[in-house]
Amino acid sequence: MEVDQPNEQSDASKWSGRWNHIKKVLERPSPFAHPDFEASSEILEFMQENCKLLVIGAGGLGCELLKDLTLNGFRHIHVIDMDIIDLSNLNRQFLFRQSDINKPKANVAAEFINKRVKGAQVVPHFCKIQDYDSAFYKQFHIVVCGLDSIIARRWINGMLISLLEYDDDGNLDQSSIIPLVDGGTEGFKGNARVILPGMTACIDCTLDLYPPQVTFPMCTVAHTPRQPEHCIEYVRMFGWEKEKPFGDIPIDGDNPEHITWICHAACKRADEYGIQGVTYRLTQGVIKRIIPAVASTNAVIAAACSTEIFKLATSCALPLNNYMVFNDVDGVYTYTFEAEKNDTCIACSQKPRNLTFAPKTLLRELIDHLCEDSTLQMKRPGITTTINGKNHTLYMKSIPSIEEATRPNLSKSLADLGLTDGQELIVADVTTPNAIVFRLKITESETKS
Amino acid sequence: MAEKEKKYDRQLRLWGDHGQRDLENASVCLINVTATGTETLKNLILPGIGSFTIVDGGRISGQDAGNNFFLDPEKIGEYKSKVAMELLQELNPDVKGEYVEEDVSQLLERTPQFFTGFSVVISGSLTLTVLKKLAALLWPHKVPLVVCLSYGFLGYIRIAVEEHAVIESHPDNAHEDLRLDDPIEDFVKFCDSIDLESLDKKDHSHTPYLIILFKYLQTWKNDHNGQVPNTWKEKKQFKAAILAGVRKNAEGVPEDEENYDEAAKHVNTAFVPNKIPPELKAILDDHKCLNITDSSSNFWILANGLRQFVQNEGCGFLPLRGSLPDMTSDSERYVKLQNIYQAKAAHDMQIVSNYVSQACSSLGCGNGRVSERDLKRFCRNAHFLRVLRTRSLEEEYKQPSKAVIDEFTSDSNSDALWYVLWRAVEMFYTTHGKYPGIEDEELEMDVSRMKSFVKDLMKSWGIPGAIEAVSDDSLQEICRCGAAEIHSVAAYMGGVAAQECIKLITGQYVPVSGAYIYNGLKSTSLTLAV
Ligand SMILES: [Zn+2]
Repeated sequence: MEVDQPNEQSDASKWSGRWNHIKKVLERPSPFAHPDFEASSEILEFMQENCKLLVIGAGGLGCELLKDLTLNGFRHIHVIDMDIIDLSNLNRQFLFRQSDINKPKANVAAEFINKRVKGAQVVPHFCKIQDYDSAFYKQFHIVVCGLDSIIARRWINGMLISLLEYDDDGNLDQSSIIPLVDGGTEGFKGNARVILPGMTACIDCTLDLYPPQVTFPMCTVAHTPRQPEHCIEYVRMFGWEKEKPFGDIPIDGDNPEHITWICHAACKRADEYGIQGVTYRLTQGVIKRIIPAVASTNAVIAAACSTEIFKLATSCALPLNNYMVFNDVDGVYTYTFEAEKNDTCIACSQKPRNLTFAPKTLLRELIDHLCEDSTLQMKRPGITTTINGKNHTLYMKSIPSIEEATRPNLSKSLADLGLTDGQELIVADVTTPNAIVFRLKITESETKS
Repeated sequence: MAEKEKKYDRQLRLWGDHGQRDLENASVCLINVTATGTETLKNLILPGIGSFTIVDGGRISGQDAGNNFFLDPEKIGEYKSKVAMELLQELNPDVKGEYVEEDVSQLLERTPQFFTGFSVVISGSLTLTVLKKLAALLWPHKVPLVVCLSYGFLGYIRIAVEEHAVIESHPDNAHEDLRLDDPIEDFVKFCDSIDLESLDKKDHSHTPYLIILFKYLQTWKNDHNGQVPNTWKEKKQFKAAILAGVRKNAEGVPEDEENYDEAAKHVNTAFVPNKIPPELKAILDDHKCLNITDSSSNFWILANGLRQFVQNEGCGFLPLRGSLPDMTSDSERYVKLQNIYQAKAAHDMQIVSNYVSQACSSLGCGNGRVSERDLKRFCRNAHFLRVLRTRSLEEEYKQPSKAVIDEFTSDSNSDALWYVLWRAVEMFYTTHGKYPGIEDEELEMDVSRMKSFVKDLMKSWGIPGAIEAVSDDSLQEICRCGAAEIHSVAAYMGGVAAQECIKLITGQYVPVSGAYIYNGLKSTSLTLAV
């Protein structure tokens, strides 16, 4: 390859040949491009001057995403993360060093990228995604998620859906669509997907792809432990509270003294039952619910997401339609498929979902259904409704005083609460930025929802 | 806990302390600095590879610095190997980095032994002559070669290794080794000591499903000439029989007994005979297993001991794995069952151990060669052993594998197409000294040149008609990208390639057997035994 001379221009972000690689695919036509694609140098200009991206998460995927996106030609990127850097991040979150421990991930990542990639203008936000409202999210062309939390994914999904605009005939205004690219990893497995809110399957449409967290049955932990995990869980649930080894403070999974104490107590319990295998590593794994992670999988999934963002922003190739899973345990395996939109999705179907219950159903049972149904999987739903033109809060967990006042309602039946067939229930939950409307169907028959 | 253990915690949960030790003792060499190459190294340095060496005689150009995170644009004109090494090493102080500012072809000429000391050699695209020479050098030294490159939206990885043995393949859905078809003596005794009828309510509902299954199986066999339930209909009847054993309360309503549900649920899997899988049978019948010498690897010496166990004491079965899945049970009976299974596993392992010791002493290579820990790991994983042998590059370039021909000619949508086109690109480069589509003015001409190279290739493969499967669109695309290395495609390939290197280094998990082709246009991929 020919050697270019360093350019004498004052702008350090401009040097001859810098964008040669991507210019090949942006400035030449291709049979595999989107039908709207018109090869030209204006595309790179758009990427650099106008296109604004939001990266959610500055962890394993986030660090990779910032590198991949800026080296692919994007400049204006915001990154949000509420976490600080921990020693155990350093085996994969390559923008962080030993000296960065305890600093905010978003800030350190942005600073590193802006220094290394000339012209990059990454703006960090050391906060929760819930701290911002629609006015903030509206400014982006594409949002990409590199998160390990399903709640946060669902929240941003709901936010982008709420930004959709429809005309009087109910037709979706295409310009109001902000594509959501989502990546996830666990050990040697990962997935990348492209969501066009309102058009293709959203996070909530495919909620059954994220199985609910596995928990140990209470009676096993309390009375019939068989595995080392059961013994650790016992100490977490009962031993810590009872013995208060470090005073009246909650368990800190990052505090070695806490883990060591739990480990010893769990060993003692395991010995009583003849159970083997309680170790420090396992104890910490159970207490912190640690998911194994390795640099390579994060690199692969973040790169797959970045390529999709590049395609979405430039149209130089068709975007993924719409879900890819990856696994490199045995050889390297990928599977690409089209996840289907769910007509009754609570986030994107625009139809109030029916909830069918018998009049004698208790409010508690209705709430359990909202949490346990695989297509709803809510966490702490709060319910309000209108009876005789007046607003009533049936139950709300998030505010202690209201929780106390509404707690007796939990054991009341729907009939006793004065709820009738066709009643609208407004449900708020951490999994969604906006309350969701359900229509209550009251019937004597046994069938649910 | 040591700082290092904390830093590597999330990966130690995948490959363990012994995998980490293997990684820290390994050294890799990267030939030629590309974005794909440095991304691969990055994903080896972060988890703590022992050392890396970069060989590249070239200097940084503007476009090199444009797509590579580890080439500083302020150092355009300086040696790539040096700059990349410095920026990569900065990622992890545990890792040692070196560089050689010399062209690979010169180094191959001058000191070929330089390359044969590495655990793995990683290479970007090289000219065919140099690549073949390098591959021919590494092959007899058993140093794995990993060729890895990105080309437009496409990516290609080729692993060449004469033999790679895997003890811990970590299968995702391993079938449990419960031996209901050949029950352990102590297990039978333990089952016989339990009378389900006379148990109180609590004990009845906490009897491990394994015991329930076994008891009902005895009854079934008595009624069916000693046969286990085989057909779908028989299994259904058997399930019904089990569920009829659920206790009923005073009103005649069945109690909630999860252990009986578990027993019924496992009817389909519990009676799958514990046969030796064909892949393992091939290992046990391999000439390296049959004919061990003092230069055999530990893997083959262990495999030889395993084979003798299967043929003699094992009566056709593998040593018992010894692990028990979790199941509804009181602690006491579960632990008792677990102890029975573990004791049998230890007993079987001792027999394998004796065979291995005998073999070692008769070969005169000493008893301490195979550690207890290795032996245990081997026996526990006996069912999942894997041996990988790829073709050499020499064979690959002499004639295509059957897998390539079959895949390419049977499915017109297969990504094997891109392997064919990559081979044509190499021919193009060999003839023209540059990649197709590099220059705008020759774009159209390069498309037709490429087509004729593909034709030649198909002819040499003996499938001239297969040219029909190569669309003009695909030729257009391969020329359009003009050998561009898109950073995100390079990062994808760098992630995959690094993990393949880690597999080769640790002997855990299973590497790709030959080639991996990534199609970023469609986000699909293919592994192909080239
Ligand atoms: Zn939806």
